[in-house]
Amino acid sequence: MPPFPETIELIGENLACRRGERLVFAGIDCRIGTGDALVLIGPNGSGKSSLLRLLATLLAPAAGRLLWGGTPVEDDPAGYRATIHYVGHLDGVKPALSPREMLGFWAAWRGVSHPAVDAALTAFGIEPIADCPCRWLSAGQRRRLALARLIAAPAPVWLLDEPGAALDDDGEARLVAAIASHRAAGGRVAVATHQPLALPGATTLALDRFAAPPDAIAI
Amino acid sequence: MRAFLGLIRQDLRLGIRQGGDIGLVLGFFVLAVILFPFGIGPEPELLRRVAAGIVWVAALLAAVLSLDRLFATDYADGGLDLIALSAMPLELAVLAKAAAHWLTTGLPLVIVSPLLAILVDLDPAALPSLVVGLLLGTPAMSLVGAIAAALSLGARRPGVLTTLVVLPLYLPPLIFGTGAVEASLAAEGARAHLLLLAALSVAAVPLAPLAAAAALRQALD
Amino acid sequence: MLSHLANPARFMRISGVALPWLGGVSLVVLVLGLFWSLILAPPDYQQGESVRIMFIHVPSAWMALSVYLFVAVASAVALIWRHPLAEIAAQSAAPIGAAFTFVCLATGSLWGRPMWGTWWVWDARLTSVLVLFFLYLGYIALVNAFDDASRGGRAGSLLALVGIVNLPIIKFSVDWWNTLHQPASVLRLGGPAIDVTMLAPLLVMALGFTLLFGWLLLVRMRTALNERRLRALRIYGEAAAGNASEASSGAARPAWR
Repeated sequence: MPPFPETIELIGENLACRRGERLVFAGIDCRIGTGDALVLIGPNGSGKSSLLRLLATLLAPAAGRLLWGGTPVEDDPAGYRATIHYVGHLDGVKPALSPREMLGFWAAWRGVSHPAVDAALTAFGIEPIADCPCRWLSAGQRRRLALARLIAAPAPVWLLDEPGAALDDDGEARLVAAIASHRAAGGRVAVATHQPLALPGATTLALDRFAAPPDAIAI
Repeated sequence: MRAFLGLIRQDLRLGIRQGGDIGLVLGFFVLAVILFPFGIGPEPELLRRVAAGIVWVAALLAAVLSLDRLFATDYADGGLDLIALSAMPLELAVLAKAAAHWLTTGLPLVIVSPLLAILVDLDPAALPSLVVGLLLGTPAMSLVGAIAAALSLGARRPGVLTTLVVLPLYLPPLIFGTGAVEASLAAEGARAHLLLLAALSVAAVPLAPLAAAAALRQALD
Repeated sequence: MLSHLANPARFMRISGVALPWLGGVSLVVLVLGLFWSLILAPPDYQQGESVRIMFIHVPSAWMALSVYLFVAVASAVALIWRHPLAEIAAQSAAPIGAAFTFVCLATGSLWGRPMWGTWWVWDARLTSVLVLFFLYLGYIALVNAFDDASRGGRAGSLLALVGIVNLPIIKFSVDWWNTLHQPASVLRLGGPAIDVTMLAPLLVMALGFTLLFGWLLLVRMRTALNERRLRALRIYGEAAAGNASEASSGAARPAWR
């Protein structure tokens, strides 16, 4: 894995998020530097997924802004998007295609000319099923495939929403190993997770502390 | 560019692998056309009079039926997130999706239309203007349909909603397409109508992706 | 003035004061217009008394189009400048516009019956208004199709903009279609050119309809704002009750650090 630029930080300032008419959280500041891991914890509905989607620019913040390397993300959204990988709840897997094809397509969408498909398949232990149609895969295998694209097309920032869900012990071990080597190479990770993951030196962000007071209803 | 072609290629591969989708669209096209002789009687003179209208209306309905394939599966399985985060702007992604949709819906309709023209006893002299008209008008239908499909993502009854929203927008291609056929039969030349159809498709290429991408961002939000 | 009214509370105050005056003036103008068109204006030498339907049919066609333009402009303001009341204005106006199209279609049908013996004619204006009716229906259906009301509002705003861009194209194609299929005899509900004695009551009716629209719009917007406040209070009430019970039982902390 190529080393990533060292000095660029992902900074979130005073982030607030609105879902429908409800203000989910407000006033969040976060900073993810080289090799850092940010772990999001909180009860259901506290906005862990929303914060990750906000960091991925899939959601627009109701307030605050994102900075990547000192420049606001909204000035160069395409450049920022090229630096992030987002793995959400859903796997994005098409039943009629095989894992190898899916990794190839995902890498092509990111503009990567020589994707590390084999390395990705090996890293998550799915090379035996690499050419079966995805409709034959179990939930855990689909999850591994979704995570494998992190390796197939390298990017400095990983935003992972419940990555360990549906994974068995082996899968979880591979995930932790992948995160560790990513961080060692200078990458950054933000993870929302209910189950404990071995992430040494990680900062924790408890989202329920930032829940909006009940009368902060956004009209 | 790689991303753009990659998206088209994926949708094409999916469309061919799940060949049932193309078959469904064509099957509906044929069935819709076949209904009319049963409904209005099989007299050749009557059918010939309304042949262009029958083929175009059936093509339109088949196109509308296929619109939910555009974004709904990606929205449901999380692929839309990945498309939004890809290397190309969302507008280009919409264009890629609409292009793949046209290749798997519009183009098959164009290819099958001569067969259906025989079924409704269309004057053979009008066949070129029918086929060319469909060829020029179906891209506009895919592009404008993409707007409606994107707007309906996450709605309660997306299929019916897309139909209701898109049908008024499909009137211009329908009118110019059938007008082209009738003009060629009246020996006036279908050129004006075909040029209008081409203009619709050409205008839709830059404009429809703008609206559809805005709708997709709303859906992702 | 728009930004001055952006505050919902201020809007409620100002509209509350303006409402009875607006209602009164629109009533007066409408009564005046109806009296003029139904009683004072001379009957047409060709169509007799049934031409009086024109005094409702034509202004309602104008209103149908103008209200759609209003919805489109309000939607643009909502999407671009995020004016808080713009979306409410657009969503409140749309059913009124749809009602005007329905009145136009119904009066057109009633007008055509004595002239051509059929309840419906596919003339250019009636057909265009029919399509406009479906544009309204599409907008209203889209806004109401989502469980998340704000998503429905934003989607509807986008559709209104798409609709207004397409409207000239659709109108052009309908007119084109009409000239292609109509024989030389003019099957137009408009009939020959409108005489100046007919024009004045038409304009009065148009003014009355516009004032009526304004009054109905304000009533609907006030209702919509009150509904939102009720919803917010309900959420607030539930959240406050929930918070109270959590505080008393002790909120659970996640088991790991």
